[in-house]
Amino acid sequence: MSSNARSRMLARAAADIAPGMCVNLGIGLPTQVVAHLPTGAQVCLHSENGISGVGPVRPAGQEDRNLIDAGGSYVSTLPGAAFFDSALSFAIVRSGRLDLTLLGAFEVAANGDLANWIIPGRFSPGPGGAIELAQRARRVGVLTAHVDKAGNPKIVERCTLPLTAAGCVNRIYSDMAVCDVTPDGLVLRELAEGVRAEDVVAATGARLTVPDTELPVF
Amino acid sequence: MSLPDKTCAMAEAIARIPDGASVMLGGFGVPGTPFCLIEALVEHGARDLTIIKNDANEAGIGVDWLLQAGQVRRLITSHIGLNPRAVAMMNDGSLDVEFNAQGILAERIRAAGAGVMGFVTNIGMDTVLAEGKQRVETATGEGMFEPALHADFALVHADCADHFGNLSFAASARNFNPLIATAARCVIAEAERVVPLGGIAPDDVHTPGPFVDHVVELPTLPEVYGVVQR
Repeated sequence: MSSNARSRMLARAAADIAPGMCVNLGIGLPTQVVAHLPTGAQVCLHSENGISGVGPVRPAGQEDRNLIDAGGSYVSTLPGAAFFDSALSFAIVRSGRLDLTLLGAFEVAANGDLANWIIPGRFSPGPGGAIELAQRARRVGVLTAHVDKAGNPKIVERCTLPLTAAGCVNRIYSDMAVCDVTPDGLVLRELAEGVRAEDVVAATGARLTVPDTELPVF
Repeated sequence: MSLPDKTCAMAEAIARIPDGASVMLGGFGVPGTPFCLIEALVEHGARDLTIIKNDANEAGIGVDWLLQAGQVRRLITSHIGLNPRAVAMMNDGSLDVEFNAQGILAERIRAAGAGVMGFVTNIGMDTVLAEGKQRVETATGEGMFEPALHADFALVHADCADHFGNLSFAASARNFNPLIATAARCVIAEAERVVPLGGIAPDDVHTPGPFVDHVVELPTLPEVYGVVQR
């Protein structure tokens, strides 16, 4: 994925973070969405290790050794932030207080199934908070390269890897497109600049409905 | 009348941990990990331990010292991705790893501390973690029984403690510390500052003293507690 394509994907995902939302950004690509939020955005970022009101990452030399986010970055807090223990942190998650979570994916299926925590025999770090975020955030977005490094689709008809949660994903943001998971399957909503609908269909491992109307470009 | 003094020498507190004990450790990454108590546990040498901790720290620190010393038989955790030794030991069968969804691990510990036997949830029902768990029908749907998670010992890192064991935690160093402090038969707290009774205002106490058995004041904070240079 080119840095330009990644940057546009991140900006597109950031555009779906509406004022007033409480949001958890997963480790990796999703965390980078922060840089694309407008200055002064009224958003509450939650971190699994017990923070609401996470602020920007601190520059080198200004870190607080006691203040990291779930990905280990030395973050700041916004005025009005709160600290709490891990049980309360996941009470926020499981009781539906998160309006949105953005997560990474190994595979995401046309029915909204998500696999992002284990590749048996190759990668098994443990689930961390991913299962609860995927299962209980009110809305789940996935940020992913449309195809893996070998060129194989990451968006598939059915996940082959062990699931994080079933039927949890609402929207997929990739370097090629924005796709929604609907009761009628995957629907193409928007195209990345310079990408044609037929390119997206060819790079998707599941049936993808292409609307007749002209698609927005991001 | 005054509250009892629970301050104690570190080696004396840790010497109570026998072979085969289950030991909960605070911390999420570096913040809140009781590195000095872990180091003392390595020196003490208790073996065949069950360690219960959110994560396995990073290579070369914390839980990794116990793994390297061959003291851990079983690890109950939610994420070990930053510790290659833990991953390798899990894969070659020398370490028995039980994964829990992070908030379920926290809630199982909370349940133990609250004196209840467990709870019913549908978190993880669609995952491999559901295998072997008891299914329960409830009025609001099917769930799984998650048993309370107790331990013999809890090793806690606090920012501040008073002599009675009232504790307060700093920023994201709180994480699992106040939970494990409720769930073990013997709770040992290390503190960066130990203050006289009354030194923590009642409203500012995060873990009340009745949960804590021993309070250990840390000397000058070792470098391992500092900012991780990556």
